Amino acid sequence: MSTSDAAAMPTVQVLAPDGTLTGDPDVGLDAEALRELLRLMVRARRLDRECMALQRQGELTVYPPFEGQEAAQVGSAFALGPEDFVFPSFRELAAAVVRGVDVVEYLQYHRGTWHGGPYDPFANRFAPICVPVATQVVHAVGWALGAKLDGRTACALAYFGDGSASEGDFHEAANLAAVFEVPAILFCQNNGWAISVPTSAQTAAAIAARAPGYGFPGVRVDGNDVLAVYRVTREAVERARSGGGPTLIEALTYRIGPHSTADDDSRYRSTAEVDAWRARDPIDRLRRYLLARDIADEELVRRSVEEADAWVARIRADLVALGPPPEGELFEHAFAAPPADLAEQRRDLLGDG
Amino acid sequence: MVGALNAALRDALAGDPRVLVFGEDVGALGGVFRVTAGLQEEFGDDRVFDTPTAEAGIAGMCVGLALAGWRPVAEMQFDGFSYPALDQVIGHVAKYRTRTRGRVGMPIVIRIPSFGGIKGKEHHGESPETYYVHTAGLKVVAPSTPLDAYTLLTAAIADPDPVIVLEPKSRYWMKEEGELAREGPGIGRARTLREGDACALISYGAMVHRCLEAAASLADEGIECRVIDLRSLVPLDSEALGDAVRATGRAVVVHEAPRTLGMGAEVVARIMEVAFDHLEAPIARVTAPDVPYPPASLEQRYLPSVERIREAVRRVVAY
Repeated sequence: MSTSDAAAMPTVQVLAPDGTLTGDPDVGLDAEALRELLRLMVRARRLDRECMALQRQGELTVYPPFEGQEAAQVGSAFALGPEDFVFPSFRELAAAVVRGVDVVEYLQYHRGTWHGGPYDPFANRFAPICVPVATQVVHAVGWALGAKLDGRTACALAYFGDGSASEGDFHEAANLAAVFEVPAILFCQNNGWAISVPTSAQTAAAIAARAPGYGFPGVRVDGNDVLAVYRVTREAVERARSGGGPTLIEALTYRIGPHSTADDDSRYRSTAEVDAWRARDPIDRLRRYLLARDIADEELVRRSVEEADAWVARIRADLVALGPPPEGELFEHAFAAPPADLAEQRRDLLGDG
Repeated sequence: MVGALNAALRDALAGDPRVLVFGEDVGALGGVFRVTAGLQEEFGDDRVFDTPTAEAGIAGMCVGLALAGWRPVAEMQFDGFSYPALDQVIGHVAKYRTRTRGRVGMPIVIRIPSFGGIKGKEHHGESPETYYVHTAGLKVVAPSTPLDAYTLLTAAIADPDPVIVLEPKSRYWMKEEGELAREGPGIGRARTLREGDACALISYGAMVHRCLEAAASLADEGIECRVIDLRSLVPLDSEALGDAVRATGRAVVVHEAPRTLGMGAEVVARIMEVAFDHLEAPIARVTAPDVPYPPASLEQRYLPSVERIREAVRRVVAY
């Protein structure tokens, strides 16, 4: 981010990296909700680290870690209601946790037992994992248009990254969202790197600054400040639900881990840079704030970690017990009713059907 | 045919309040070919609406609308402009049911005015069928006559899975007498338009009519051809192909798409699989050459002509 860029686009913040206040602390959440934000972030990070371990142990195929982005995902997902619909990319496991998606089913994707959305997308209003980046943003706009036509008070939120913002589908989605004035939130997690390409080589201006060009508000937020993320997302949700149309949010955050377990990030970035962002840790920031305000104590923090350990242990046990799906499923889902020639191919391959 | 397609859309909009019709210029203008004429006026701009010029966006919105419980019927303005949407069609429209383990269906119809023969500018005469046919999870249909266009589009909109409807532009102005029938051969069934025992002529879309013309004149030479209109490219009616070859022992496949990996390749392979023992001669293909679609002054040299079809039949029969 260049200096002129930063000057042109203010960044919303509530908590400084050391947990001290830099903005109005009243984001509309009571003490219990604030503690829940901390528990969710602790839980999400514990899960993310377990997934890295599971991958190294051969229990998962390639896994894309989200460590460092907990506040961006938890704060935004927490601002949504059960009627709203989330359209994730492929790194939004923390958001899935907040939505209550069945984590074992979600991780089938990374275990290589099913593609897309092994979980029920309607159960928690969380669309399938989406790897072709930015394509899901268009889906969110379509869903939001459908909700608007139905007169429903609900919005769609699409997650995407700084790299995705260079895709044509991002542009088409943003323009369509504006033209149809749909209740959609375009939530960019600018985590600094699109695999090995830094944001500075991806775009010459703030991503959020594009929004006025489409005709709707854009806001930049400190993506490691969960209270600020919650605040801007909540405002966007309320605008969307009240017919005010879309919002583009750019959360400035950082991917502490590699792009995926198949990536070697030491080839393109320095440990000093990673360490500088570790010092802006999103969980530590909220923890310090809650402790300083007596909203939480060390005991609660300790219990959160223990609960996360136990929760993750159950997930691991269920996950490693999962075998491949029945072979027949190869054929069962391509069409509502398999055509005759597909039934024949099934007989050829599986000898049944 | 434009009127029949329009009637199919009107009846679908009237019959199912979840059906939406949208695309570029489909509203007030009624589409560049007028297939959607009058629909916005009749059903309102919530159900029939123009979109920005954004084909990937149109296809991607279909996915989101289907997730929200709607039945999108989208129009791509021309074959050659449908390619930006391929990423959404291949990556999501076709795969979503599988990706969600059968939980989320995609009852989406994408209509594409297709093929050549109208002296169009470049990018206005493409035969994109192989891209869709080769994408697992899609159904693909190509009507050849007005009444069948009504039946096929009606079936496509009612289908629980995504259907690509390739409308032969050069037949848009064709007239046909008869009743519009919701019931009829479904998606996946071919039609026999002429009986004959010397050779099967197999085609779809506009080329069906050149096959019929060739068959009529070949009959004067004593060569009776059975003309098969495939209608449905996916699923492909292997049974009808087998029956035709069992009855004739010979086949010629005709399409205006370039030859390599065109539908002809699949049709020939299917015939080999189901009726090899009945073949009296190698199957011939009459297709466009493997070159880009030519300018208007050359398009009739490029497209399969009645004479080329006749020649192929004579060759196969004389084998």
